[in-house]
Amino acid sequence: MLKTSLIFIGLALAALCLADLEVTTLHPWPELGRMIRGMAAPDLLSLPGIWRAFVNTVAFALCGTFLGVALGVVLAFFFEFTPVRLFCAFIRAIHEIFWAFIFLPIVGLNPTCGVLAIAIPYAGIFAKVYAEIRQESDQRPLQGTPAGSAALSRFLYGSLPVIYQDVKHYTAYRFECALRSSAVLGFIGLPTLGFHLETAFREGHYAQAAAILYAFYLLIASVRYWAKPRFILIPIVFAFLFLSKEIYFSVDNVSRFFTYDILPWPMRRQGMLDGSRAIAFPWQDIGAWTLAVLKQEGVEGVWNTVILTQIALAFTGVLALMSFPLACVHFMGRIGRRLAHGVLIVVRTTPEFILAYVFVQLWGPSMLPAVLAIALHNGAILSYLGSQNADLVELRVDAPQKRNNRYLYEILPRVYGQFLAFLFYRWEVMMRESAILGILGIYTLGFFIDSAFADHKLDKAILLILITAVLNMGIDTVSQVIRRRLKISTKLVTSSGLGLMH
Amino acid sequence: METVSPSGKSSMNSPTPIPKIKDTDCLFELQHVNVSYGQNPALRDITLRIREGETVAVIGPSGAGKSTLLNRLYEMRSDDCAFVHQQYALVPQLSVFHNIYIGRLDRRATWYNLLNLIRPRQPVIDEVMPILETLGMNEKISARVGALSGGQQQRVAVGRAMYRGGKVLLADEPVSSVDPLQGEAILDLIVNTGKTVIMALHSVTFARRFAKRIIGLCAGRIRFDLPAGQLTRELIDELYLTC
Repeated sequence: MLKTSLIFIGLALAALCLADLEVTTLHPWPELGRMIRGMAAPDLLSLPGIWRAFVNTVAFALCGTFLGVALGVVLAFFFEFTPVRLFCAFIRAIHEIFWAFIFLPIVGLNPTCGVLAIAIPYAGIFAKVYAEIRQESDQRPLQGTPAGSAALSRFLYGSLPVIYQDVKHYTAYRFECALRSSAVLGFIGLPTLGFHLETAFREGHYAQAAAILYAFYLLIASVRYWAKPRFILIPIVFAFLFLSKEIYFSVDNVSRFFTYDILPWPMRRQGMLDGSRAIAFPWQDIGAWTLAVLKQEGVEGVWNTVILTQIALAFTGVLALMSFPLACVHFMGRIGRRLAHGVLIVVRTTPEFILAYVFVQLWGPSMLPAVLAIALHNGAILSYLGSQNADLVELRVDAPQKRNNRYLYEILPRVYGQFLAFLFYRWEVMMRESAILGILGIYTLGFFIDSAFADHKLDKAILLILITAVLNMGIDTVSQVIRRRLKISTKLVTSSGLGLMH
Repeated sequence: METVSPSGKSSMNSPTPIPKIKDTDCLFELQHVNVSYGQNPALRDITLRIREGETVAVIGPSGAGKSTLLNRLYEMRSDDCAFVHQQYALVPQLSVFHNIYIGRLDRRATWYNLLNLIRPRQPVIDEVMPILETLGMNEKISARVGALSGGQQQRVAVGRAMYRGGKVLLADEPVSSVDPLQGEAILDLIVNTGKTVIMALHSVTFARRFAKRIIGLCAGRIRFDLPAGQLTRELIDELYLTC
């Protein structure tokens, strides 16, 4: 484990030498001062349309999660089949924002776009996690049901009651994530909180931006009080009714998108020139076109995405290892722990994308804001999980009194394996995030995908999204191999921990 | 020679035809039966006949083949047999009512099972109530099984087998994880169901008290097969010490 850790730190240091970490803005510190002053004096009421954005944010998240659960449950039943597993890995390897980019040309800036952008990747995640929960649950009650019963009956009586609590907790946690995703989708123009947040930040109205953020925290904090299984169907129905007024879906658009718009340019060129819109198969040109995209954008995008991910991964680990004792019983008193937990909750509730956006405003687009944003958000999650695990450690009476020794000899060795497992679990998430932060002007894959969409080169954009997905699936596989080889697992953790892994 | 896959399902590829049951009371007849898990023989040369109404205890040290024998018997007449599971086969999150209902999950359509899961149906309640009375658990009908004591859980397991019905009650160490006092009460329930009972037991004392016939298994072979009254101290010592 130590060797693996050192290798990853070495990789991160090497990446650090190659990364562009420059501060390009002229006056970052006065700007930060203005931001802090804005944070201290939030102003919500002067924002027209903010309530509508609130309702939209919640409605997108509700409908997206609902559809994601519905599809995910079906997929989870067939998860042992390799094609299903690969399909799920593929749809969840593409970030919500990329899905939104894909749906934008099909349905336009429309609730359908937002809901599907959440529902599709979430379906892949739900399928995987539900299937894992089922596999790891106690099988004996299921085996106790009569063998001749229908499979669905056996599941309903022998399996569902056993896994229900875990499934419920995970789904609730995912709904919270969906609220974050929904808000962030506003940054690309959908009518959610992110839209107003972006406007406020761009125009320097930090008091308004602060107000929206605070309101968002309150919204997230309120979830546990109203998102209850018995009651949740009512808001879901309302959300669908609310959005249905604007739902737009054209089969023609969908089929044109998939059968024409995204085909490589050489296939469409001849038909475009003579006006017939016919499709041709000039294999050599298609090959040359693909190679050109790979050379011009693919290689640079992948390289920067990987560099950013590796720095962020190591930095997240270091940050979490340094900060978890602050929230742990064995190191801090009650008040200190409360304070630490408060900070951790705020940091992990803020989406990476928003953190990165703020940092880019301060320092200009480079890897510096991206690394900080990813490491802070993920570090806060890992720190929380680390402290939870460390709290479970029972120390002997004669354990070292000095905190340094206690940390190094008693706590760290006991929690490190699980900690690494969590960190590698988040690796894929960090890579997805690194790619997406490109749309803020950092030269990762997202930058090139965003540019391609802006130029209406859908073929190029889709090819680059496919590359991103494959890269993600690759990292997911490497992460699994490392976890298996180190024999570390995230088990023995409460279901709240299970939720935060993804 | 029969082979049994680890899942417990046997594939019959014996060249000898299954012997006809001659006397009408006879429920099970095994003649020179071998069962093995992969390479490891679990039962060797078992010859055995069990009649309707008998109360049989199978004893022997761990790994002697008690569970394998019970599974083999279950497969011979699975329509007629109900298994008393150990309490861990119950669903702790469900009510006593639902756990007993699981005994007949295969007899009803899935949609009916779903409805009954969401809201217990009156006809089913009427079927389950008499069983709960026998178990002495009338008031516990809607209690969560996970909240019950070990002994009560084991009663529910007996209740499930009773609800399943059939002529034969098979029980694999039904009282090994409850205290002796509870164990007595539960075995009392089992032997008084009026069915043919075949149970694997850990405790020789219980076997002698509750069974009329005792089979001693050792390394997959029948060491003795006697009426309970004829079992001697020497036989038991031999079974547990030399095995």
